[in-house]
Amino acid sequence: MKIKISIESAIVTKPILAEAIIETGALLNISQAHYDTTHGEVVADIPSEQFRHIRDSLVEKGAEVVVLDTPISRDEEECVECGACVSVCPVGVFSLADDWSLEVDPDKCIQCGTCLTMCPHNALVLGQ
Amino acid sequence: MVKKTIHEINGRIRDGSVNVVTAEEMVDIVGELGAEGAAKEVDVVTTGTFGAMCSSGVWLNFGHSEPPIRINKLWLNDVEAYSGVAAVDAYIGATQASRSKGLEYGGAHVIEDLIRGRSIDVHGTSSGTDCYPRKVIDTTINIYDLNQAIMLNPRNAYQKYNAATNSTNHTLNTYMGTLLPNHGNVTYSGAGVLSPMHNDPNYETIGTGTRIFLGGAQGYIVGEGTQHSPAAGFGTLMLKGDLKEMSSEYIRAASFEGYGTSLYVGMGIPIPVLNEDIAKATAVTDDDIVTNLLDYGIPSSKRPAIRSVTYGELRSGSIDINGKEVTTSSLSSFKKSRQIANELKDWIKGGEFFVSMPVERLPRVTACNSMKLSSVNPLVGDIMTSDVSIIRAEASFNDAAKTIMDRQFSHLPVVDKDNSLVGIVTAWDISKAVAKAEYDLVKDIMTKDVVTTSPDEAIDIAAFKLDSNSVSALPVIDAKKQVVGIITSDDISKLLARRQ
Repeated sequence: MKIKISIESAIVTKPILAEAIIETGALLNISQAHYDTTHGEVVADIPSEQFRHIRDSLVEKGAEVVVLDTPISRDEEECVECGACVSVCPVGVFSLADDWSLEVDPDKCIQCGTCLTMCPHNALVLGQ
Repeated sequence: MVKKTIHEINGRIRDGSVNVVTAEEMVDIVGELGAEGAAKEVDVVTTGTFGAMCSSGVWLNFGHSEPPIRINKLWLNDVEAYSGVAAVDAYIGATQASRSKGLEYGGAHVIEDLIRGRSIDVHGTSSGTDCYPRKVIDTTINIYDLNQAIMLNPRNAYQKYNAATNSTNHTLNTYMGTLLPNHGNVTYSGAGVLSPMHNDPNYETIGTGTRIFLGGAQGYIVGEGTQHSPAAGFGTLMLKGDLKEMSSEYIRAASFEGYGTSLYVGMGIPIPVLNEDIAKATAVTDDDIVTNLLDYGIPSSKRPAIRSVTYGELRSGSIDINGKEVTTSSLSSFKKSRQIANELKDWIKGGEFFVSMPVERLPRVTACNSMKLSSVNPLVGDIMTSDVSIIRAEASFNDAAKTIMDRQFSHLPVVDKDNSLVGIVTAWDISKAVAKAEYDLVKDIMTKDVVTTSPDEAIDIAAFKLDSNSVSALPVIDAKKQVVGIITSDDISKLLARRQ
């Protein structure tokens, strides 16, 4: 399963991911990592049976853990298939097919929400 | 030399023998048969585009009330419509925002709601006259209650449009959509190969009176659109059509984050192939149409072009900017544009739509000038404080506190050993440091992500930056990041006070 780990700037210098992995032995496979002055964000895959252990360990160390199980969904009535969402998605959820239809691959979604504000037709929804 | 008349082509539409293709299909036909062969073979080429066209709106006539009113101010679902045209006429413009819902709902949404047959709340006011005694009107109507609902769009169907990117280090929300920092993406608009005006760039068949597809119904070209700039390849059209016959399939309200509402308009123009020159023009491809990539990070109407780019490159999915491969997004829908060109083709083949010659051709030399400004716009350099105190990042915050006390400035730009700006520290930051007692040095307590301005930036831009970033001072820096001054919201207030 895909999870998102958010780490506040105050604890970003501490090796909490490494500690949590050693502590739990969980096979955390990091697919995305982003850090800036305000916070850090890591998206990773984890075998579902190990999820609870690593979540508890990370939360105890001050991180926030969210399961990415409600990917983006598209309202096909509202969508005009312009493709505005294509270039703002950091993980390539959206693409245009040969016939210029919009294709959506929700499995890739990391629920960042960038496409929601981009969509001129309010056709994209998270968390439903 | 092939020569056909509109009359002959309409005869073929009538008897069902007309040959119609889309502008996309025409590319290969001209490739195979040549311009002369294609002109013999094809009678009409259809085009189409479906994209955000902000300069759109609808004239409405409500009929007279009892007792009668001459409406001076009018709101439709709380969106203001212009009604200074007596007595019960009004123009609802696409980008006008709702008083209560802000940027989420605007004139464009009222227009879409009308097309969908939904109820609209009407609120109008008047000063009252002897002939129109009523002062207030409140009612609920839908499109069937109106005498007329005439779409009249002053500037539609841009021949092509500049593509957009963003060189700054922060995200911009524009009418070209979300532009990610550091050239993180590119957005563009336009149907390329299907672009109506690009398929007749000399405006041989496009002009006042030309019958077109507008919003799913038959419409007409009124004439040149506002800002029509044909010499630069940026022609525009003023269009009219009957909203009562339009479909929400082809007219859609949109809202751009941080910008506001706009209307997606679907329109298409049939190009009668009267001769081989017209046939040749309709073979235009995405690769033939060149536009500029502009940096929307520069807050000026004279944004510099980063590079020129073809629609072929834009539609490939990514383009090169300074050696980096950047993903592109279309804001207009090519799928819908194609759907429009095909629907128009079916109408003509089915004998439901006849082509027309314009009664007047479009101007081909008008220029689009900038606004004349009768007063000089002050620049940051004109009102900034040049005598600004700065502090080194390695200084202690006690030193910073002393400087702030001595100089009566509440903001201190922070510089490194080369005097380049690296941060800003405020009286508030120092209070916080004292209260927490964790840090000693300026560099630990300063804000590193500083919003800055430059001496040659317009005051209005500096004021916008202060407001949108919720800060009260901007360090003024030169090209080498050296601090040359500071401008505060007080400086701008004083300037405004002097003006009034």
